Amino acid sequence: METLGYLMDGFSVALAPHNLMFALLGAFLGTLIGALPGLGPANGVAILIPLAFSLGLEPETALIMLTSVYAGAMYGGRISSILLNIPGDEPAMMTCLDGYPMARRGKAAEALAVSAVASFIGSLVATVGLILLAPLLAKFALTFGPAEYFALFLLAFATLGGITGKNPVKTIVAACIGLMIATVGIDNTGVQRFTFGVLELYEGVDFIIAIVGLFAISELLFFIEARASGDTPGMTVNKLSLSFSDIKGIIPSSLRGGVLGFIAGVLPGAGASLGSFIGYTLEKRLVGRKGYFGEGDPRGVAGPEAGNNGASSGALVPMLTLGVPGSGTTAVLLALLISLNITPGPLMFTQNADIVWGVIAALLIGNFLLLLLNIPLVGIFVKLLSVPPKYLLPVVTMVAFVGIYSISNTTFDLYFMVAFGVGGYVLRKLEIPLVPVILGLLLGPEMEKNLRHALDVSNGDWTILWGSGLAISLWALAGLGIILPYIVGPLLRRRMRAVTS
Amino acid sequence: MPVTAKKSAFRGIGRKAPLVLMASAMLAVGSSGLMAFEPEGKVECIAPADPGGGWDFTCRSVGDVMETLDLVPRSVQTTNMAGAGGGVAYAHTVSKREGDDQTLVAASTATTTRLAQEQFPGMSADMVNWVGALGADYGVIAVADDSPYDDLPDLMDALRKDPRNVKFAGGSAKGGWDHLKVLIAAKAADVEKLPSIPYLSYNNGGEAMTQVVGGHVDAFTGDTSEARGFMESGDLRILAVLSEDRLPGEFSDIPTAREQGIDALGPNWRGFYMPAGISDDAREYWVDAMDTIYESDKWKDVMTQNGLMPFHMSAEEFDRFVHDQIDDIEQLSREIGLVK
Repeated sequence: METLGYLMDGFSVALAPHNLMFALLGAFLGTLIGALPGLGPANGVAILIPLAFSLGLEPETALIMLTSVYAGAMYGGRISSILLNIPGDEPAMMTCLDGYPMARRGKAAEALAVSAVASFIGSLVATVGLILLAPLLAKFALTFGPAEYFALFLLAFATLGGITGKNPVKTIVAACIGLMIATVGIDNTGVQRFTFGVLELYEGVDFIIAIVGLFAISELLFFIEARASGDTPGMTVNKLSLSFSDIKGIIPSSLRGGVLGFIAGVLPGAGASLGSFIGYTLEKRLVGRKGYFGEGDPRGVAGPEAGNNGASSGALVPMLTLGVPGSGTTAVLLALLISLNITPGPLMFTQNADIVWGVIAALLIGNFLLLLLNIPLVGIFVKLLSVPPKYLLPVVTMVAFVGIYSISNTTFDLYFMVAFGVGGYVLRKLEIPLVPVILGLLLGPEMEKNLRHALDVSNGDWTILWGSGLAISLWALAGLGIILPYIVGPLLRRRMRAVTS
Repeated sequence: MPVTAKKSAFRGIGRKAPLVLMASAMLAVGSSGLMAFEPEGKVECIAPADPGGGWDFTCRSVGDVMETLDLVPRSVQTTNMAGAGGGVAYAHTVSKREGDDQTLVAASTATTTRLAQEQFPGMSADMVNWVGALGADYGVIAVADDSPYDDLPDLMDALRKDPRNVKFAGGSAKGGWDHLKVLIAAKAADVEKLPSIPYLSYNNGGEAMTQVVGGHVDAFTGDTSEARGFMESGDLRILAVLSEDRLPGEFSDIPTAREQGIDALGPNWRGFYMPAGISDDAREYWVDAMDTIYESDKWKDVMTQNGLMPFHMSAEEFDRFVHDQIDDIEQLSREIGLVK
């Protein structure tokens, strides 16, 4: 199998000593950032992106480090879910259900270890799925003409509601803000738009600056506002006593959760919340009365954890093969790829095979490192987390500034980043989601370009946009993508709430 | 951004690049003797783009070679200064670096294209010192293997009948270098209504080629090094290379446009400029350095590994070439309505 060879190459990239070192660093820092209560993995990755730039890393190494940050941040989120009952993001809600009771029964270390093992199994399962599915999708590359690409990007926007949507109008407003920012710069016919003669604006707005500003800087502003002087809540962990049979007990749950999570992750817009939710409910239904769900059953931690990790690897499938992110964090990773001169989409598997498979391998290795890192070191993480934010914040701020400055060595970018930070703060205060802004910014130019190309090819005939079977199916999927989340989303959320309470 | 950042442009081509331009090589003789200028301390190379692109590669690889050849006292520091397709670095060099004789700035055909199209507002080619070019990637025009066009004149005939007959895909923006190569060839073949020739711009050559191979667009315009992969797999048929003579090695089967009766040249050169206001001695030192680098085996290895073809000019010859290229591009851009 050709893909196995590629994966092996990927492993040889990811296992190179310096890459492994940065993977370890990424996993460590990701865990730390992710464990800050209330901070999700998308924010975690956004905050640590500048680090890759300040260190001046090669593209592969930067990606490997940030994939490990991704894995680490998700894992770190579990620490606050389990110890404090504060989920870092929506998918982590399900982990609280049995994780927190376990911690209260003095089995916090076991709960953390179980979630590490389950995360690893979940992402292992999903990696296998990724290996099987991704090349199939990538083979499609040649059948995608400009019209099909246009429909594909439309699909990406249509599924936005599923990623973030509590309030459809706010999601649309956010996407429009992103699309508006995306029009700045020289367009692809050479005409300047909204550049006001400022040289720095000719190439448009740098995604990374926008992301770091919107996510990281606005997060800092929130921290300053909320608890600059406060202390983090106290956390304690017991000494770990996990036997092999305990691990064996959660393996079936983890496998099931991983498979389900992967399937949920591949569906555009469904994402990790669905993965962890069905991971949990399936376990509860299957094991049923034999378990003690809700009171600290390890399987109740393993199921959603594996589901969540499976889903986050699954979300990489549409992101890597089609350039359509399935979750907020994959949107951030997508921006990173673009900024590293790697164009995501069907072609990436042939043009940048080393990087794609390096990332896939890194995700697996990252999870393995987390397993190694967390079981013995969880006490240290917990101690580090009791460092008050007033010491942590200046460090994060410094990394953000140094990182952005080192991208292009102009102070202009720093002002820009701060402006985005303030903008992000305002948007969040208005409860306008940030991910659609980023997606508009990322995908807007591509969508416009493909529309222009399609009309160029057809000499101005609009019917080319739905002129092939593939284009029509994409339009149909986009239609479904718009409607479904508003039916399924609230239903899912209501059930999640019902289970939680 | 689209014109410059061609990552694929430097993906390995394993070929020896024999020396063609012997004349310029002669300049290198005796470059080592007594020198009134020697660089001291830090030598800087500004890459006007993010890490990973062509200009970044130019700075880093040439910096390496200069260090090996002891042309610089210690390692060359590469500074990335992205923005406006090189405009930010150009403006910086003009306004803040005057008289700085230890700074080189990477440049290529993308730089001259933007200067010609007045995309660096208020700046011209006379505001810097053009030191030399160290290699080039020549343009190609290619079609899918099952295309009805057999050679370049065949394709140009179709364009002469109706300029909308053949649609081109390339990795640069509209009016960028890949687009201009089509226009250069079409103009040489007496095609009328150049602005009507459809050109579709993609993020990079690879994407453009996939569209051509997939049958969505008729022809590909790009650089030799980009086309190599699809050429080897047999999916892409190169109709012509826009060089003076046939290229060495595996490309030697590809006919030039010239031998098919279409006098079109399209070298995407890689070279350097320096700030204005430096002393003649310093200028002479760096011009000689360019010649020494081009002669060295180490640089020949770099060229071979990265698909760079023979192309060398320095000092006045290069300055003249840059100005001529800018005039040509400006005229073409005017004809297609990009410059008013």
